[in-house]
Amino acid sequence: MQILEGSRAIAYTIKNISPEVISAYPITPQTHIVEDLAQFKADDKADYEYVLAESEFAAASIIAGASSAGSRVYSATSSQGLLLMSEVLFNIAGMRLPIIITCANRGVSAPITIWNDHQDAVTIRDAGWIMFFAENHQESVQQHILAYKIAEKLNLPVMINIDGYILTHSYEPVFIPNASKIKKFLLKKADTNTKLLDPQKPITMGAFASPNYYMEIRQKLHQDIMTSAEVIKNEYEKYIKIFQPKNRDHNNKYKSFDNGLIEYYGPPEPQTILIAKGSVVGTIKEMVDNYKKVGVIKVKVYRPFPEEEIKNIIKKVKNVAVLDKSISLGQEGPLALDVKALKATYELKSKIQGFVVGLGGRDITQKMIKDIISLSQKQSSKNIFICK
Amino acid sequence: MHQIRVHGRGGQGVVTDAELIAISAFEDGKQSQAFPSFGVERTGAPIESFARIDNKPIRIREQIYNPDVLVVLDVSLFKGSDILGDCDKKTQIVINTGKNKDQLGLSLPLKNIYTVNATQIALDIIGKDVANTTTLGAFAKANKLISIQGLEKAIKQKFNEKGKDIVDKNIKAVRQAYK
Repeated sequence: MQILEGSRAIAYTIKNISPEVISAYPITPQTHIVEDLAQFKADDKADYEYVLAESEFAAASIIAGASSAGSRVYSATSSQGLLLMSEVLFNIAGMRLPIIITCANRGVSAPITIWNDHQDAVTIRDAGWIMFFAENHQESVQQHILAYKIAEKLNLPVMINIDGYILTHSYEPVFIPNASKIKKFLLKKADTNTKLLDPQKPITMGAFASPNYYMEIRQKLHQDIMTSAEVIKNEYEKYIKIFQPKNRDHNNKYKSFDNGLIEYYGPPEPQTILIAKGSVVGTIKEMVDNYKKVGVIKVKVYRPFPEEEIKNIIKKVKNVAVLDKSISLGQEGPLALDVKALKATYELKSKIQGFVVGLGGRDITQKMIKDIISLSQKQSSKNIFICK
Repeated sequence: MHQIRVHGRGGQGVVTDAELIAISAFEDGKQSQAFPSFGVERTGAPIESFARIDNKPIRIREQIYNPDVLVVLDVSLFKGSDILGDCDKKTQIVINTGKNKDQLGLSLPLKNIYTVNATQIALDIIGKDVANTTTLGAFAKANKLISIQGLEKAIKQKFNEKGKDIVDKNIKAVRQAYK
């Protein structure tokens, strides 16, 4: 174990994963992740090519190109930067490139904000990426390593979301697996089945698809993302066996259920469940310990949506409060909508209440969580904004 | 769990202080966490940072509203902002000032106030007006939440890239403040 800034922990992890090409746009909104990775390269401590891009659109395009030629690649971005990448993100998924990007989640302008929420990530939710969300430094390290395994196994891109500032700029103890262990866990290049650009054997990638073909290609992408859930679960099990240091939860009141897609923390028969993603789950766990009948589901994988797992836990629960650090303006919080859809599909009796919290860096306090728990047991309306 | 909040101004090393506290506690074998108040980094603007120390892993991410210890790097912050607003009779406060604690006119029990002329020590030893590390020497002495050995390790770790001279001077300044 060592104590590191979140960004540094991710940078070390990426260095140990040994990508071949990294490209990033280094100006705001950016994190220390790519700064550190550039420094490792400058200090001759890393072998990858570090390509300085002129924008996030270019950074995403550069790694898309390098990945098409068979390189393991990486980039990190945030908020406006992610949105500037969005067109390329859709292309990356459509071309089935096993690309990994870290999104340090931040709000989106205007008004100008540099602070944390999840609006950036949920806005590109439909791009065709597997989307991880991490609660703490250890989980973000774990998810980055898992991401490469899953991406290269399935030819699907994976985005790891970590809360901007709250995780990227905070210090806490973390364990970074070494390069040789990671190498053993990940696929060998010969075992990947990406179609590569090769001047000797020319192919076209991301080609024109007429109405006769486009729909089936999209359907296949959707099905593959849906079935990736099983692969994520299996790889998570393997990961825990190989890498996980002594259980972080050893002093917790409850033992967690965690299958890589979700984590449930709380009593065996809760009456109220909170559902959230990212670092706020830590604060919620702290509050759960003060109640007898309250638990929390952490959505670790947001796409594919872990419908089955969430349904199984909430089906007998009276009140469900869903916390979103984002909003589909004119509708509701996106995660709340997903849970409500699940209620309709499975005809659940649970009352689902959506809460919008923490927009643009608003601190989410224990008092707010307490208020959410009591409000979820009373009212029923759309979108309660918890501002203070 | 012990909660510490650091106040100062942009450029005074407020964020570094919380990080050093967390690294020191970790080096002492405890669990810890540090994070800044996520403000926009402007020189001279009021800045806060936070640190938590515990014997078990720290899950909570909320900012710190009722600190056990308050570290104040710049006494001018007492004017114009209410940094003592959520402190109570138990809150310990470590202040960088050349004044005696009874001259400060603070509404907290005198026994909880610890002063250190960290700016002067820093000017004498480091040769620069950077009081943040030095103040932590007094912090370690006042509450024993971190050990001086842990603090020295943290300084080595944090300032390693700045070179041996900076590390040595900071350690000397911290030891002076610890006396």
